[in-house]
Amino acid sequence: MTRQTEPMSEPVIENLRQRFADAVLATQATRDAVPTVWCRPGRIRELLRFLKTEVAQPFSMLYDLTAIDERWRTHRDGQPAAEFTVVYHLRSYERNADVRIKVPLSGEYPSMPSITGVWPSANWYEREVWDLFGITFEGHPHLRRILLPHTWQGHPLRKEHPARATEMGPFQLPEEKQIREEEALRFDPAAWGLSAEGHDTDLMFLNLGPQHPGTHGVFRIALLLDGEEIVQCVPEIGFHHRGAEKMAERQTWHTYIPYTDRIDYLGGVMNNLPYVLAVEKLAGIQVPDRAKVIRIMLVELFRIASHLVWYGTFVQDVGAMSPVFYMFNDRERIFDIITAITGGRMHPSWFRIGGVAQDLPQGWEQLVADFLRPMPDRLRSYDKAMMENSILKARTKGIGRMSLSQAIDWGVTGPNLRACGLAWDWRKKRPYSGYEQFDFEIPTAQCGDCYDRSLVRIEEIRQSLRIVAQCLKNMPAGPYKADHPLATPPRKERTLKDIETLINHFLGVTWGPVLPPGEASVGIEATKGNTSYYLISDGGIHSYRTRIRTPSFAHLQQLPELCRGLMVPDLLAIIGNLDYVMADVDR
Amino acid sequence: MNPIVKQLLIIVVVFAGAMSASAGLIWLERRLLSLWQDRYGPNRVGPFGLMQVVADMIKIFFKEDWIPPFADRVVFVVAPALLVVSVLMSFAVLPVAPGIVVSDLNVGLLFFLGMSSLGVYGIALGGWASNNKYALLGAIRATAQMLSYEVFMGLALMGVVMLSGSFNLGRIVAAQEKMWFCVTQFPAMVVFLIAGFAETHRMPFDLPEAESELIAGFHTEYSGIKFGLFFVGEYLGVTLISAMIVTLFFGGWHGPLLPPVVWFLGKTFVFICGFILLRASLPRPRYDQLMAFGWKVLLPVALLNLLVTGAVVLARG
Repeated sequence: MTRQTEPMSEPVIENLRQRFADAVLATQATRDAVPTVWCRPGRIRELLRFLKTEVAQPFSMLYDLTAIDERWRTHRDGQPAAEFTVVYHLRSYERNADVRIKVPLSGEYPSMPSITGVWPSANWYEREVWDLFGITFEGHPHLRRILLPHTWQGHPLRKEHPARATEMGPFQLPEEKQIREEEALRFDPAAWGLSAEGHDTDLMFLNLGPQHPGTHGVFRIALLLDGEEIVQCVPEIGFHHRGAEKMAERQTWHTYIPYTDRIDYLGGVMNNLPYVLAVEKLAGIQVPDRAKVIRIMLVELFRIASHLVWYGTFVQDVGAMSPVFYMFNDRERIFDIITAITGGRMHPSWFRIGGVAQDLPQGWEQLVADFLRPMPDRLRSYDKAMMENSILKARTKGIGRMSLSQAIDWGVTGPNLRACGLAWDWRKKRPYSGYEQFDFEIPTAQCGDCYDRSLVRIEEIRQSLRIVAQCLKNMPAGPYKADHPLATPPRKERTLKDIETLINHFLGVTWGPVLPPGEASVGIEATKGNTSYYLISDGGIHSYRTRIRTPSFAHLQQLPELCRGLMVPDLLAIIGNLDYVMADVDR
Repeated sequence: MNPIVKQLLIIVVVFAGAMSASAGLIWLERRLLSLWQDRYGPNRVGPFGLMQVVADMIKIFFKEDWIPPFADRVVFVVAPALLVVSVLMSFAVLPVAPGIVVSDLNVGLLFFLGMSSLGVYGIALGGWASNNKYALLGAIRATAQMLSYEVFMGLALMGVVMLSGSFNLGRIVAAQEKMWFCVTQFPAMVVFLIAGFAETHRMPFDLPEAESELIAGFHTEYSGIKFGLFFVGEYLGVTLISAMIVTLFFGGWHGPLLPPVVWFLGKTFVFICGFILLRASLPRPRYDQLMAFGWKVLLPVALLNLLVTGAVVLARG
């Protein structure tokens, strides 16, 4: 058992206690050591505004906003009474620290003030909480469903909402229901907050997606156009929603790992990492060095693979048809390594609680070395063909520009944030899984436009190659999995020799590990930005609540800001350049 | 040989040649692209995948002849034919070798320019009749692009006309016996080449189609043989522009040793491959950038070329 870190001494908590003595209800110890403060719902707007603007070294980014249905939870020692809790996760880049604000709510369908006036990025997050929990945010400009269809009954992340098909009765689609559903899909500009009135020229609505070659997945954008110029743009998401967070509540800690692979489906084991790190933090497992370095090597290989897909598809969106084939060939070489090591390709689900599934196979060094050798030359030739091309420069320079303050305000992370000039990389600033041992740079750029974002990503491929080369050179010997009772799958060596071990093994395999109650949010520098898994254990074999904070969600929300006044081809260039994956947005 | 029979024979040969060139181009383009893109391309049907063309034809002919219920039926059907016919007409004035030309028109060059202007109707009407916003956007782009680039194309050719003193394509070729116009009319050749790409709306000037932006642009709603006609029209256009570049700037059938027809076809083939190579290698400019480039760069260059050529012609008396 690890101790729950008591955050009483944190200066931010002292600040809040002084300024909001009546509003601060309690503080809470969590396993991730993020200072956690409970606040009265009535004062939340004021308190958050204080943290964002008034406090020294402000918490300028709303990193995450989510909710917890507390009604079935048994282990809530010392926490204020609540039926629902809304959780705000803020980040300060000046302090390099986070703070978590929790708001207790009571009632069957509670309501609380919206904070969209404080952070514009709260808009989609609050819609999501309303959609999935039925919590109303007063003062929200456009509170309607975001992930689920508008005809959906109920709010699925509430505990009483069924999670299995067998609990819901057979699915039927009679004709009148089909007509009703189709009718609900009819485009009504007013419902989207669009209006063609009040302009000098005749404007046109254009529906882009969800089936469109340029949107990279099932993503729909309603455009209000003046000729080809974009007057307004409203993104609609949710077509790729699969209820990943709900599924976590009925899978064991171990069997949920394959679901994480499919969140950012280009990231492969990159998605496993924050999840297993969070579980390990809850369970207090120390991962052996070899496992750490194996994880880093695979994760960086997947970062390269994901960036290569981005590179190819982005230049294809700008019209260059050939590079995508070169980059997919390179990616295929990465998959050769991945297949040799894990047996899988895009979704190996290969990380385990406490380590990885297997040791590295014989001869892996040669495979990795063969991949690394030609890559710098190839990258150079791609740059020559594309990044130095004047047409591509004309299409991307100054397009989709965001300032640093705008990016932070909208919760933009990862390469997109670094392209605005902030050298903040989770691997460097808060090293996890042993990244502090590695030698690499944080690439940045200044303008925050499409071209700069591209430069940052391409340089990141080179840095990742450096990291993989260091893994190759310095792979430590030792076990590939922690020797810990909660690590999965459990040890088998002595199962047939004594009955205690057999029983433990049997339970560990059939039920899965039982994690001690607690909360932990662990984030990483994923392929597209910062991904966090916020896990709440109620002392069972399932997670009580799994919150997946994905970078793509925040990036897409900002799209209307980026493309206002530009043209349709620019919009497609920006979409291709932001590097999102719809599964990562909708979960 | 009876002159009528001979003329009929030439018509049949040129027509069949143009059609089979455009069909063969489907295969050639796919194989060349795949060569440059590190992949195989169609290599299964027949030797080197050559029968792929036949397979594609069979597929496209037997597809359901579908007209969207919201489309303007008559215009929708006529548009693709209009495109193909207008391109095919231009082949009539193309001198393949001395004496081998369907119609030895005095104003052959003007006829070619006129016909390529007509081609835009096929696209504009097709996009309009589809009654689809993407098709409409594509058609608008196509119209603006083709109308503007027509201007530079025509202007660029006037230098050639001045030097050869004729609008007759046969005479223009004959005038290049000693010196190809690609040397004396270098700026005009560059302008014509670029305008030619824009006229055929091929990559990098495929804005009317712009797959990643407008789905398929003006032919979004087309399928089956009507789509096939747009396709054939595009390849005919590529063949035509390549043949015109050869005729106007690269000495047409002129060349040592080999017979004139071989020289003409060989040169045309090289330019066709150039079209395909360019498609494989360049990204697509934005619509307004394309227009700005035309009016701010190509137009002054073409005019300057005209001025200098005129002065030189005058000075030489």
